[in-house]
Amino acid sequence: MAFIPHTEADVKEMLAAIGVTSIEQLFDEIPANLRVKSLAGVPDALNEMEIGRLMSERAKADGRPLCFIGAGAYEHHIPSAVWAIATRGEFYSAYTPYQAEASQGTLQLLYEYQTMIASLTGLAVSNASLYDGASALAEASLMAVRANRKSKSQRILVPTTVHPHYRKVAIASAANQGLRFEEAPFLPGRGVVSMDALTQYEGEDITALVIQQPNFFGALEDVDALTNWARARNILVIAVTNPTSLALLKPPGEWGDGGADIAIGDGQPLGVPLSSGGPYFGFITTRMEYVRQMPGRIVGRTVDLSGKPGFTLTLQAREQHIRRGKATSNICTNQGLLVTAATIYMSIMGPQGLERVAAASHARANELVSALTRVKGVRVAFEGPHFHEAVLLLDRPVAPVLKTLAARGILGGFDLSEHYPELGHALLVCATETKIRADIETYANALADAMKAAKAA
Amino acid sequence: MSNVPTDLKYTKSHEWVRNLADGIVEIGITDHAQHALGDLVFVDVPEAGRKVTAGEACAVVESVKAASDVYSPVAGEVTAGNPDLATTPEAINEDPFGKGWLMRLRPASSAALASLMSAADYEALLKEEGA
Repeated sequence: MAFIPHTEADVKEMLAAIGVTSIEQLFDEIPANLRVKSLAGVPDALNEMEIGRLMSERAKADGRPLCFIGAGAYEHHIPSAVWAIATRGEFYSAYTPYQAEASQGTLQLLYEYQTMIASLTGLAVSNASLYDGASALAEASLMAVRANRKSKSQRILVPTTVHPHYRKVAIASAANQGLRFEEAPFLPGRGVVSMDALTQYEGEDITALVIQQPNFFGALEDVDALTNWARARNILVIAVTNPTSLALLKPPGEWGDGGADIAIGDGQPLGVPLSSGGPYFGFITTRMEYVRQMPGRIVGRTVDLSGKPGFTLTLQAREQHIRRGKATSNICTNQGLLVTAATIYMSIMGPQGLERVAAASHARANELVSALTRVKGVRVAFEGPHFHEAVLLLDRPVAPVLKTLAARGILGGFDLSEHYPELGHALLVCATETKIRADIETYANALADAMKAAKAA
Repeated sequence: MSNVPTDLKYTKSHEWVRNLADGIVEIGITDHAQHALGDLVFVDVPEAGRKVTAGEACAVVESVKAASDVYSPVAGEVTAGNPDLATTPEAINEDPFGKGWLMRLRPASSAALASLMSAADYEALLKEEGA
């Protein structure tokens, strides 16, 4: 759809038609004391040549390091066709179209996306995407409060095995809306939720339990036992998942006897480059009975007056433009461009391709852990199965070791000491299908040198 | 012309109230309201035990055209939400004063009903609104 901005003449004509002389006058109901006088932190505009130069300089500063950091964002191979197709003029927009039904191609793509994500997570309905995984947890928590009518407490139980950034964003977004997020501890030596610790909540009013699978440590939770525990107590289950892992692991919709109620996650592993942290996209799916509590846009398939199939935005009475202050969420858009890439990625890979990516990542991570734990002073923190990440314990502080590795062009992992001081010198490492045997050897050799160079604790 | 049964009480926001036995009242939306909304596709009714104040939004009716709040005409405690509306929201279109009832509640004060509109007053309101 063409987007042609208004000319100065257009603007003048429109203002004249409503009897105002300037655009500024349209905002005169906003009191002066509430207005920002100048945007001091925002630099002057750059032209295309200048911004191109700035961005290449910044990209150069990143270099091309060998990356073993996961912790929520994962480096996967992206087939060239994904972005070649996603950047075609017909697709290349970050926006949900405003005159939605005029853009049938965009709506069809979003519909296909919803179908794929719903199928991956094993739940009935998906929306057209959210901003990212962390804000998706905030949305899912608010949704659980609306959906769980048996619970009045607005208490969300969030184990510390859930991504610490997700927990922080959920609290920042939803705590002022009355939600209380309570931490549940993990089993030392196992890195998974302690079922024993959950017994302290017996008989209490809890709205939802969040379960991340694989969890932040890459470890696999006993999702069946956790889901059954929650459902037996009228606690809704919010699953946080990595979409790649779902090609191998049981989908949230099949957890325990009744399945999870809401599944969310970050869609970045599906064809979205790391890009120094974003933009990514979030996904959310749920059971049909909760569809009216779901935030965001939903595309549906229908027929037009002459019976031809077509696509349309549906269930819009949940949204701001209709329900105003009582809408399910203030989100009124989606991550269109990233979802386009992810849909193309999933189409190209197919279920078998995605399964091969997941299996190869799991195998590379196992090789990585074996190679690194052969280095003196390095051991595995947690026993039990993991997906493509694992926590290592060093016998000396992690930060200096990572610094030495970085100087050799290796991003050695995510230092857990800030978020989990109780673990000691803990390092979260990740390998995906992009790491070949030689990469793993390079890292192991560099780690041996870096450990020698760093002072023992 | 809308149907306005004479044995019911009414509100300006187009709810009706029926006095049942045991001091319980039944509440729904009027024929005029269902007609203005069009075909209903979803209805959200309150749970039994919920305490509501007069004028509090306590149910939602969603049609192909719009979603609207339904306000409780009187203060009280909800004794039942109509369970059939979850699967048959069209009952409100077909029988707004009967099968389409939304909720039943026990008013906090028996005097509260006296302040509601009579059928004649409500018909006058509809005329004023151009219905």
